[in-house]
Amino acid sequence: MDTTKKTIILFSGDLDKALAAFIIANGAAAMGDDVTMFFTFWGLNVLRKSVAPPHKKSFLQGMFGGMMPKGPGKLGLSKMNFAGVGPKLMRRVMRQQNVSSLEELIATAREQGIKMIACKMSMDVLGLSEDELIDGLDYVGVATYLGEADEAGVNLFI
Amino acid sequence: MSVVELATLQVSKTVDARGTSCPGPILAAKKGIVDVKVGEIMMVLATDSGTKKDLPAWAKKMGHDYLGVLEEGGIFKLYVKRLK
Repeated sequence: MDTTKKTIILFSGDLDKALAAFIIANGAAAMGDDVTMFFTFWGLNVLRKSVAPPHKKSFLQGMFGGMMPKGPGKLGLSKMNFAGVGPKLMRRVMRQQNVSSLEELIATAREQGIKMIACKMSMDVLGLSEDELIDGLDYVGVATYLGEADEAGVNLFI
Repeated sequence: MSVVELATLQVSKTVDARGTSCPGPILAAKKGIVDVKVGEIMMVLATDSGTKKDLPAWAKKMGHDYLGVLEEGGIFKLYVKRLK
């Protein structure tokens, strides 16, 4: 088998973009590739738990924490969001078309051993602590991501 | 391979990916191929028409031999021979 490596940066916290990232990542892993996904800024919201233990945060970080979506079920669409109705309609159409939900794609990514790394710096900026995100992540800086990208034949920024 | 040759292949494993959408069929193929011995044939059942292009690409990448597809009433039967 011709194993190559792919890296994907998920910067966006939009449902549609997160879906694209996880479909590509799962497809690559199914084709035998090593895949690393680097989550930074709004992309970290995809990894948030819907319920997390309370944390002492600064006023601004508390505002970020309260206003940002808590996990895949709360993400909006990059287009036609319609104040939150858009994602519900999108999910309905996806179910009708037998497309996996974002939650299922994240679970599949973990089953397939896709490496998920989270940008510690943007976690600090947004006031997100490790226990507010799903388990099994590595918390890293840009050098770790760049090291992974150096080994990869494909790198996507989403 | 001709339609007759495909239809008469000895299949040692059938993977049912009907009703799943991209990337479901190739995920199913990845899971299924481990149960097939080298030289034997896996059949993937799919309803997503993109699979007709995706499964050959998957087989090429994984180093297996894609033999062809039969279509019956909206269901695709895709044949892959495990080479390694």
